[in-house]
Order: sequence, then C-alpha cells, then structure tokens
Amino acid sequence: MASQVPSAATTTAAAGEAASAVAKSSRGEPAIETRELRKEYGRILALAGLTMTVPRGEVFGFLGPNGAGKTTAVKLLLGLSKPTAGEGRVLGAPLGDVEPRRRIGYLPELFRYQGWMSAREVLALHCELARLPRAEWEPEIRAALELVGLTDRADSRTETFSKGMQQRLGLGVALLGRPDLVVLDEPTSALDPVGRQDVRAIIGALRDRGTTVFLNSHLLTEVERVCDRVAIVDRGRVVAELSMAELTRESGVGIRVGGPDGIGREVAARYGRIRLDGEWLYVDSIAEAEVPDLVAELVARGAAIHAVVPTRHSLEERFMSLLATPPDVGDTAEPVAEAGGQLVAEPVTEAGGEPGAADGAEAAAGKGRP
Amino acid sequence: MSSFEPIAIIARLTLREAFRRRLLWVLVGLTALIVVLTWWAFGRIAEASPITGAVQILGVSQVTVMLAFMFSFVLAMTAVFAGSPAIGPDIENGLLLAMLARPIRRSEVMLGRWFGLAVVLVVYALVAGYLELGAVVLATGYAPVDPLMAPLYLAGESLILLTLAIVLSTRVASVAGGAVAVVGYGLAWMAGVMGGVGEAFHNDLLRWAGILARLVLPSDVLWRGSAGALSPPDSTLGAAGVNAAIYRFSPFSGTAPGLPWLAWSIVWVVGALALGIVLLRRREL
Repeated sequence: MASQVPSAATTTAAAGEAASAVAKSSRGEPAIETRELRKEYGRILALAGLTMTVPRGEVFGFLGPNGAGKTTAVKLLLGLSKPTAGEGRVLGAPLGDVEPRRRIGYLPELFRYQGWMSAREVLALHCELARLPRAEWEPEIRAALELVGLTDRADSRTETFSKGMQQRLGLGVALLGRPDLVVLDEPTSALDPVGRQDVRAIIGALRDRGTTVFLNSHLLTEVERVCDRVAIVDRGRVVAELSMAELTRESGVGIRVGGPDGIGREVAARYGRIRLDGEWLYVDSIAEAEVPDLVAELVARGAAIHAVVPTRHSLEERFMSLLATPPDVGDTAEPVAEAGGQLVAEPVTEAGGEPGAADGAEAAAGKGRP
Repeated sequence: MSSFEPIAIIARLTLREAFRRRLLWVLVGLTALIVVLTWWAFGRIAEASPITGAVQILGVSQVTVMLAFMFSFVLAMTAVFAGSPAIGPDIENGLLLAMLARPIRRSEVMLGRWFGLAVVLVVYALVAGYLELGAVVLATGYAPVDPLMAPLYLAGESLILLTLAIVLSTRVASVAGGAVAVVGYGLAWMAGVMGGVGEAFHNDLLRWAGILARLVLPSDVLWRGSAGALSPPDSTLGAAGVNAAIYRFSPFSGTAPGLPWLAWSIVWVVGALALGIVLLRRREL
C-alpha cells in the first residue's frame, strides 16, 4: 500500500468543499458528541450510557475488550442502529440523519462487498452512493486503488480476494471523496504486519490533512501508535477518556531494592502507588523531582539500591488496570472519575494479584518504555 | 421520504447483478427454447386436426391455458427465487452495512431491489408471453378472447409474488421465506379453485373462502384473468356445447378480474412494500 493520502484527493477538494457547505456552520462542533447513548437488544444491554466527545481533526481510539459495545456504538453513530435512549451528534447533525453520511467514510468490522463486482466497480458504486460528481470517480478510484495496493487487481472480482485484500478494498472505499470523518472498525483484523504498518501510515496522513478518524480497535499497540486520544469502554460505558499525552505524562520509577524486609514498600507507599515484583519495586504516579528524595530516604533507612529505572505507563497497562477495576454492579455504574486529567488512583496491588500485573516486571522494564 | 435517485442506483445495481449472474441469459435461453417448442408442438396439433371446428378450438384453448399455467408457475418461481434472497443475505453477510453508511435509507434499498427485480420479471413475462402466444397463433390460428392482456396479468401475478418474497426476506431466512412464498402461491391457487367451485355450485362458504384467500394474496386473481383472456369466446364454447358460466370456473379458465380486484392488487403490493419497509427499518443490522 502506498503511504500517502491519494493525490486525487486534491482534485476533489473543490467538490468536497461544496459538499461540505452544510457542514461549515457546524465546523466548530466536535466531530462526534454523544450523551448517555444506550442500546438494548431485547433484554441484552449492549451499551449502558455512552458519553464522549471526539474533537475534529483528531485520531480517536475507541478501545475495549470483546463484547464491550464498541461495534454497537459505531452502528449508532452511523445511523445503522437506533439508540434505545440518549442522544448524539455526528458532524453537527443528529444521529440517524442521512446527510452527514456524504462526508463519512466507514470500514465495517464485517467487511464484504459484491463478489460479482471487480474492485474498481465496488469503488465506483460507492462513489455513486456517496453522490460524488461523476468527473471525480475515475481519479478517486485510481487513487484509492493505489493507496491500498490493489491497482494490479483492480479488475478482479472481489470474490477472488483474500480477506486481507477485501479489507484493503474496504479501506479504499472508506476513503473515497475526502470524508471529514473516517470510522474504522477493527481496520487491521485481517492484515499482515506490513498491511498494518500501511494502515498506520494512512491514518497518520489522514490526521495530517485534518480528517477526524474514529478508530475502533482492541489492538492496543496499534492504537497507542496512531491515536491522539482514546476512550476505553467496558460493559457498555466509557471508563476512561484520556489523551496519549496525558498517558505518557504518567511516569513512574522501578527500583531494585534490597535490605530490611518491607522497608522499601513502607517508604515508597508515601510517594505513589506501588507494585512489587521480586526484588523490583515499582512506584507509579511519582513526580520526577521526588525520585532522588525517595532514593535518599530508602538509603537512609538501610535499603540497598541496585538499580533505579524510570518507567512510564503503556496504554496496555492502563487498559488492563482499568478493566481490572471491579465494576459497580448494574448499569448505573459510573465511569472511573478523572481528576485534573489524571485517573483516580487505583488500589495498591501486587504483581500477580491482577490480570494486568502478571507480567508486571516485563511491562515495566520492557513494555513500560523506561 | 425516499427520493428516486438512490432507489434508481440500487435498481441499476440489481439489474447489473441479474445480468452478471447470468439470470437474464438463462431467461432468454429458456424463452427461446420454449417458444420454439411451443411453435413446433402446436404446429403438430394443427397438422393432426385442422383447428376449424368448435371442439378443436376448445381443445387448443385448453392446451394454450395449460401452457400459460406452466409459464405462470415458472414466473412465480423466478419471482420467489429472485426475491427471497434480496435483502436478508445482504444483511447477514454485512454487505448492507457499508452501503447503508452512505446517504441512502433502508427503504430506498428495499424499493431499489424491488424495482430492479420487477423490471426483470415484467420484461421477461411480456417478451416471453407474447412470443409464446404468437407461436400458438401462428401455428394454429387460434384467437383467444384477449391475447394482449394475458401476459400483462401474468406479469402482475409475478410482481405480487416478488413483493411477498422480498417482504419476507426482510425478516426470514431466504430458504424459509422462499418456501413460505411458494406455499402461499399454491394455497392461493387452490383457494381460487375452491372459490370457483363455490361460485359454480352456489356454496357460500367456499365462495367466501376463495374471496378471503384472494384478499390475502391476490396472485390467483391475476392468474384467473390471464386464463380468462386466453379462453375462447362464449360463442365458440356454446357451439361446442359447453356452458360458458361453468367453464369459467374450471381451474384452467377464469374471468377478467375487474377494476376492484385490479385496484386491490395494486393496493396490496403498495401495502406489502410499506410493511416490508417497516420490518426492515426495525431490523437490527
């Protein structure tokens, strides 16, 4: 796949602006805004009360474990399903409004296109459905094929495509006509590592040109690499919403400490949240300036310091710790509160005491990016 | 409100699919085969006994109506097989998800599917119907009461079954929906026969059962119109010693449906499509 946004996109700029005339009045509004969006399928609660805001021009990661309600949320945002309660706006229009869909590109999780059509024909069909001016179809299609690396198979029937090729085609379909908002539902589920890297490059290029990207995924490393902001959803609710900058600011320190039993824990607990893993004592949420004081106090209390390593949270650690937090019972559960951009401290845990901490040392030393 | 542009997009897509999946070519091939066979078979009948007397005309008319019945059955099956997978499988395999994320409504997708398949069926019914009828007239010289209307009634019958199949496809799996539509077609035909018997023998229960069945599924109304249009005139029946009133109630004869039934058929199609739209709107994708 090419890593550049299609050059044909520039040819569509004028038409895109014309098509976006309606949208100009709502330019200041977020791309997506929902309030207590709820969806029930019969007696099954799929979404308990989704409240979130996606600013324009951001790459927004929507994370959650399987069954958390991510795809349901996407369907509600695109008007493919009606909410049981709550409200929301997409590109300034109420949910379910047909008009904004001219400016939205969507790659479904379950991607399937007419098997009797060629890739070129599928793209042409979506140009027509998106009501792009006929003159733009050819350059848009050519650019999309090039972008997703399907130029050589443009005239092959899609039923002969592998899953990965179909997903590439779906990505090309989603990017037709310079959409203002691109919704990608697990966009790399069928791709090989090279394909995933290409998708990351495409998402980066979309951000550069100011397109809002709503990325629904459970691949945390992928999200961490491309997103500006993430919402973590669990059991149908957003349990945390934070920017990647906030996440990376959450630093900590790992200290390999020996000496009198329990002295390390006793001292370090006053500086931040602690985790233990063998000889390693991890102190989260400690201010960088406090680290020398901590080390000095430990030495003064007779501890032997073998190593001091700065750590910072990976998205995976944060994700796992949030999901490991016992939920409130019932659907009245409130999201984990944020205070000044920081999530409220979780209970002190020891390595092995929670799913995410089982590989705590590895996470801190390796994935924790010291 | 639905606009026609997105409906036309889906209708064209449906027509292209029918063409690319060789449905049109199959229908064209079958039509050519049937027309040739019809011309040959009726030519042999005419050779065996020139169609001049009332009895011969009656015999040819019965064979013609039988031929029309077979064609009606083929049309009905084509409508059901084309209509029952029109919506459901596209939902189940996710194809509709990508399309409905575009500025197009579910109602427009459904109406586009209906229009596209309706064009295929109506063109097939009219072209094949007139060609077959032409082959009969050419081979035997037989002149039915209203030859121009017969294929039109058959086309209408196929639209009713297409509508039923598409409405079912919004909620029921293709195979099940197709089976229901086929059984409905058979029951409607049987109810028409029983209603005819009730008319002939003044049995109110059977007559009302027939009327009720036609209200529920008016396909038999149009089949009866087609059979009536292909029947010989009353004068020929009289000359052959056949009571025209009784003849009209046989399973292979009938009468023109009349405006109220035609109007009901149209109302039924519109109402069924409206119901299908409601069912599709309420379906979770």
